[in-house]
Amino acid sequence: MPDGGADFVRIEGLKRHFDVSAPWLVRKLEGRPRQIVQAVDGIDIEIAKGETFSLVGESGCGKSTVARLVVGLYPPTAGRIQIDGNDMAARHSRSDMAALRRRMQMIFQDPFASLNPRWRVFDIIAEPIRAFGLSSGKADLEARVGALLRQVKLNPADGRKYPHEFSGGQRQRISIARALASEPEFLVCDEPTSALDVSVQAQILNLMVDLQRRLQLTYLFISHNLAVVYHISTRVGVMYLGRLVEVAPTDTLFRRPKHPYTRMLLDTIPDLEMTGRQRSPVGGEVPSPINPPSGCTFHPRCPFANDRCKAERPKALPIEGGTVACHAIEEGRLPIEDRTYALNT
Amino acid sequence: MAAASNNQPLLEVRNLRVEFPTRRGTLLAVDDVSFDIAPGEVLGVVGESGAGKSLTGNAIIGLLEPPGRVAGGEIRLEGRRIDNLPYEEMRKIRGARIGAIFQDPLTSLNPLYSVGRQLIETIQTHMPLSASQAKARAIELLKEVGIPGAEMRIDHYPHQFSGGMRQRVVIALALCAGPRLIVADEPTTALDVSIQAQIIALLKRLCREHGTAVMLVTHDMGVIAETADRVAVMYAGRVAEIGPVREVVKHAKHPYTKGLMGSIPSLGVRTDRLTQIDGAMPRLTEIPPGCAFNPRCTFKGQRCLVERPNLMPAGATRAACWLHDSGGVGAPILKETVDA
Ligand SMILES: Nc1ncnc2c1ncn2[C@@H]1O[C@H](COP(=O)(O)OP(=O)(O)OP(=O)(O)O)[C@@H](O)[C@H]1O
Ligand SMILES: Nc1ncnc2c1ncn2[C@@H]1O[C@H](COP(=O)(O)OP(=O)(O)OP(=O)(O)O)[C@@H](O)[C@H]1O
Ligand code: SF4
Ligand code: SF4
Ligand SMILES: [Mg+2]
Ligand SMILES: [Mg+2]
Repeated sequence: MPDGGADFVRIEGLKRHFDVSAPWLVRKLEGRPRQIVQAVDGIDIEIAKGETFSLVGESGCGKSTVARLVVGLYPPTAGRIQIDGNDMAARHSRSDMAALRRRMQMIFQDPFASLNPRWRVFDIIAEPIRAFGLSSGKADLEARVGALLRQVKLNPADGRKYPHEFSGGQRQRISIARALASEPEFLVCDEPTSALDVSVQAQILNLMVDLQRRLQLTYLFISHNLAVVYHISTRVGVMYLGRLVEVAPTDTLFRRPKHPYTRMLLDTIPDLEMTGRQRSPVGGEVPSPINPPSGCTFHPRCPFANDRCKAERPKALPIEGGTVACHAIEEGRLPIEDRTYALNT
Repeated sequence: MAAASNNQPLLEVRNLRVEFPTRRGTLLAVDDVSFDIAPGEVLGVVGESGAGKSLTGNAIIGLLEPPGRVAGGEIRLEGRRIDNLPYEEMRKIRGARIGAIFQDPLTSLNPLYSVGRQLIETIQTHMPLSASQAKARAIELLKEVGIPGAEMRIDHYPHQFSGGMRQRVVIALALCAGPRLIVADEPTTALDVSIQAQIIALLKRLCREHGTAVMLVTHDMGVIAETADRVAVMYAGRVAEIGPVREVVKHAKHPYTKGLMGSIPSLGVRTDRLTQIDGAMPRLTEIPPGCAFNPRCTFKGQRCLVERPNLMPAGATRAACWLHDSGGVGAPILKETVDA
């Protein structure tokens, strides 16, 4: 449980814009405008120690960009990120920075691109242990790497092989083992189990929960699998076009979703009961983050949109232990109802 | 549903074996795998991570990475044998008749070219279209896979797309030439449920309208339940169970399939721990004699330790498990043998 003290991770007014314009000369010749992707457009998140905070939302809404900003892989266009009181943008001495880096690790969405193809798996996993001087010698290093491989259901003898000799899911587990190697306190996990079958996925998620309980780990978790998010998260943030539209404790979010986009998202969950129910895809065309709609960016797809929604960006307002950014909820013209789920037994 | 007018399957795979010669001996990664796909049919392929799903798919499209090779069996596309064709001839078939969607989107995309250029080139190789017609077709394809602002996005480079957007560009590339067979390896893993539904609808429309056959490898049981007509479940390089999707999902006959279906997390009840099948799949060098699942199986008997089951009728599916043989699993296993 969160210990209620100062927030471990504090994100304020975070923005990241990418310039994706054609080269200057082409623009001039063809009379094309500049193009800026507003990948992350002003978000606030607080994560307590020992908590799992999940981000969900449509493909392209900015989840991976938030993850990369948090671990310092991109500098923000605006806003602040603090981790355990350390401002990520402030100048740190090299040793402070190394200490901070050891305390947080990231599991990348793309397990193929994130493993060095020329290194043996043993060295890939041993690298953080060596870099941070965590092992007392060769035998200890071998024991640690072996234990990490076993934790992710691979075999210590697999350390001799190269990444290309593994299947997609096996590579994903190698990157999980590497992320755990430096004994981090804070893990940013971007779709960590997307390439795994449900049983291995359950083993890895159970492992993550065990580690969290034992070592008070904090997770920022990204997944499009809402059932996984439901099981692993303390709180969930719903993103739409670079903004957070709703944040709520997990049970509340799934039982009493408030924002119209959250409601639509929950309607799209696949039907395993095979009742023949058609999933309703979220209606309307997904707008582009290059020219986002005015006001509430969800208004072109929202059945409850009115003139105010087109003009004014809704603020995040506290409600039932979370926050929601929606005029209809604020004005009380959209009732909040309980949802039930068919259980697949 | 299968829209087959004649009875010939579009794809036939018979006794396929894939090997990796290594210094420490030969690894048998795909062992005696057989299945058919009818025109207009979607065959889902599921199974443990490392079970050989991607290798089976790569063998069919003729793109096994050396030293991996097809060591036995036959693959036929529309009746024609394709596993022994020279590289050049196979390359032509692959471009025109088989659309491949790889598990790793980056293998299909060139980071140095804009996605538009890659799409337009592929379209022009297979269709007699002018540059501007090909561009219009490329934009149309990007819209079909749900890329917002396709007209603008077409000039961007792969690294400027999100993970799920790259995956959709790869799907658009595979559909360019109007293939007869689509081998899709985890095509929707990086996609949210809504885009997933859109891609599934697109694949199903191709099956219905053009009789395209699809081999769909995925871990997502929701996608399988909604898309596949039949499912093959793989374990340690072999097919453990194969049958109509409803039967396999709801009335699994093989103990591994049962465990797999039981591990699907559900909404509504939050449990402390997710259900898992304990233990791990054996490494290719350590596959036990008898049934490969026996170290993890709670139903095993003496026969399972020595004799290997082939697929046999089991209710409405076919399962490789002695529980469904009249001879049964054999004598019970004593505690000491279990610990050994
Ligand atoms: N390096 C970059 N250069 C230009 N644009 C980028 C870059 N990285 C991301 N973007 C754009 O920013 C937006 C958000 O991308 P991001 O990868 O954060 O999405 P995501 O929510 O992780 O999506 P997915 O679920 O598909 O992985 C997208 O429109 C993407 O095209
Ligand atoms: N180049 C290679 N050299 C040696 N072994 C390999 C090679 N490529 C794959 N393998 C092995 O073959 C087995 C099957 O791999 P494959 O990629 O087909 O698995 P998969 O079923 O697709 O798994 P996933 O769901 O994790 O993608 C794995 O155990 C893998 O380690
Ligand atoms: S602010 Fe308006 S448009 Fe936006 S979600 Fe609420 S009701 Fe819909
Ligand atoms: S053959 Fe025996 S060990 Fe294998 S799955 Fe069936 S009961 Fe279990
Ligand atoms: Mg992403
Ligand atoms: Mg694979």
